[in-house]
Amino acid sequence: MKYKPIRKVVSGNYAAAYAAKHARVEVVAAYPITPQTSIIEKIAEFISNGEVENLQYVPVESEHSAMAACIGASAAGARAFTATSAQGLALMHEMLHWASGARLPIVMVDVNRAMAPPWSVWDDQTDSLAQRDTGWMQFYAENNQEVYDGVLMAFKVAETVNLPAMVVESAFILSHTYDIVEMIPQELVDEFLPPRKPLYTLTDFDNPIAVGSLGGPNDYYEFRYKIEKAMDDARKVIKEVGKEFGEMFGRDYRQMIELYRTDDADFVFMGMGSLMGTVKQAVDVLREEGYKVGAAKVRWFRPFPKDELYELAKNVEGIAVLDRNFSFGQEGILFNEAKGVLYNTNAHPIIKNYIVGLGGRDFTVNDVKKIAENMKAIIEKGELDVEVDWYHLKR
Amino acid sequence: MEIPENVKKRLSIPAEEHFYAGHTACQGCGASLGLRYVLKAYGKKTIFAIPACCSTIIAGPWPYSALNANLFHTAFETTGAVIGGIEAALKAKGYKVKGEDGIMVVGWAGDGGTADIGLQALSGFLERGHDAVYIMYDNEAYMNTGIQRSSSTPYGAWTTNTPGGKMHFLEKRNKKKVIDIVIAHDIPYAATASVAYPEDFIRKLKKAQKIPGPSFIQLFAPCPTGWRSPTDKSIELARLAVQTAYFPLFEYENGKYKINMPSTKKEPKPIEEFLKLQGRFKYMTKEDVEILQQWVIHEWEKLKKLAEVFG
Repeated sequence: MKYKPIRKVVSGNYAAAYAAKHARVEVVAAYPITPQTSIIEKIAEFISNGEVENLQYVPVESEHSAMAACIGASAAGARAFTATSAQGLALMHEMLHWASGARLPIVMVDVNRAMAPPWSVWDDQTDSLAQRDTGWMQFYAENNQEVYDGVLMAFKVAETVNLPAMVVESAFILSHTYDIVEMIPQELVDEFLPPRKPLYTLTDFDNPIAVGSLGGPNDYYEFRYKIEKAMDDARKVIKEVGKEFGEMFGRDYRQMIELYRTDDADFVFMGMGSLMGTVKQAVDVLREEGYKVGAAKVRWFRPFPKDELYELAKNVEGIAVLDRNFSFGQEGILFNEAKGVLYNTNAHPIIKNYIVGLGGRDFTVNDVKKIAENMKAIIEKGELDVEVDWYHLKR
Repeated sequence: MEIPENVKKRLSIPAEEHFYAGHTACQGCGASLGLRYVLKAYGKKTIFAIPACCSTIIAGPWPYSALNANLFHTAFETTGAVIGGIEAALKAKGYKVKGEDGIMVVGWAGDGGTADIGLQALSGFLERGHDAVYIMYDNEAYMNTGIQRSSSTPYGAWTTNTPGGKMHFLEKRNKKKVIDIVIAHDIPYAATASVAYPEDFIRKLKKAQKIPGPSFIQLFAPCPTGWRSPTDKSIELARLAVQTAYFPLFEYENGKYKINMPSTKKEPKPIEEFLKLQGRFKYMTKEDVEILQQWVIHEWEKLKKLAEVFG
């Protein structure tokens, strides 16, 4: 590594707040919700301690207004940031469309929390995955380090393709759990992430613009296509930015799906977020026990890493998709996406869906081992027992 | 068209036009006049936020805009929040906001987008003290969606969801006093205005520009389409609304009330004069008119008292 990292023991939430600070965000508009609150508290503390300059903090009256204020700020040219969770994200939903439709590179941290009712404050990915079709990019962090790195990269990618981006971390498992995070000296962050240069802003009074006007049937369609074009471009940008990040700071993010010991694997576990840390550990244990298994961690869910999934699927006999989320009336959301990608390819490994960890249910190395046994049996037999397995269900 | 200097001097409102011909408002639209006056007062160094409302259409579809100013079209309930965000960004970037030579951030929303769905964001905007101006143009119903009642619709009015008819299913509630709710936020400046009195409106806009902090103006803006009134009667109607004290013009400045019109020295005109020109009130019975008249008198007396005690 060419630089001396600043090692801090921080929660995932503080990692997010430090990243926002190091990204030199100019407007933060946010509303408190557990377990997101310590992100905005930390940012307020930075302001209060005089640690940041030119940062406007807007303590709004709802998450809907938090996103609306970020949208106004971003349209006026500022680098805007917010954070939320579960019900707050659901309340923002309408404005998420507005952010992507107006092509504003806002970055938001969503702390994955289960949706009520029943009330729950624990981890579940359904809140963010339900925002799948809003035109936001989504990055899922495995640990606190990835929360920090993810926010910095998200700004760079977002500002390159003019789409908003969400960095997602697990409730409590990351948000409130302390770990060593290697932070980057400010001057190097500045080098990686220079000030935002918007194509258009509301502050050019000689060339006024109107954003978000009525678009008739003759135009609306093309506006949609341009969002998809930007999403598609983002795949390339993400890989470039991930590579640049690796070259500058030593942690390489060029893979949209991080592959762990998959080279000679018979089957792999695929999933997103913090549970993949457990899975990687389990892979090591299983390898020692003679299982040829690997882990495939989907880092970016939007844009979806289709090509990388195909490359992976070509070389394995089975994929166990671990979904800490569920789409009612269908199946796990990542499973659904993965199957969809592979249908029109030549790669058709056995693919099974395990619903795990909903609402913060503990998911351990032992659970991964049990799933491995089940997958092995299925592959040997050559057919699925059930397609969607509610793994923890009390029967 | 170039206006000769000697004529310009005699004009009581700015000659410069920043609201272009070719906009798509209905004939006799009060809101479009209001928008024109705001642009006359503030010029092109203005950033508008306009939510879902008639003005979304009036400003024109992509790629057109009738406004020679920056404009952000936003979601229905977000005007207060969006102008707060714009103001915050301008400050973070070191621009001068409000004041004589500062950038004017203007929220321009209808009564539905203000009194109903946007009330929460308006409240947040007011209590946080952003340096911006919020203008509610009040045409007393959801006109853009085809004339449905809002909480700013007066007692006795026909709308498409209070259609009168055999069961006399008319609007049964009095007009929500949005400005009273606004004043309760203890902001430095709030006022009512009318498109029938552009000099008064522009004076108030200029005042709102000079006073730091959030300002609010409730602009009475007739809608011939929704009011079932002749398109050439809009100004007359707006004037009658003031003269009958149905919509009195007043200012609230740092705790003090000042009535501008009608004169407190003479009796306001009877409410029938305002009602009779509009098809929307034709289902009212004599008793209904009396109920509305009593409400107008009650509110007028209350305002006069406020001006007397806190003048």
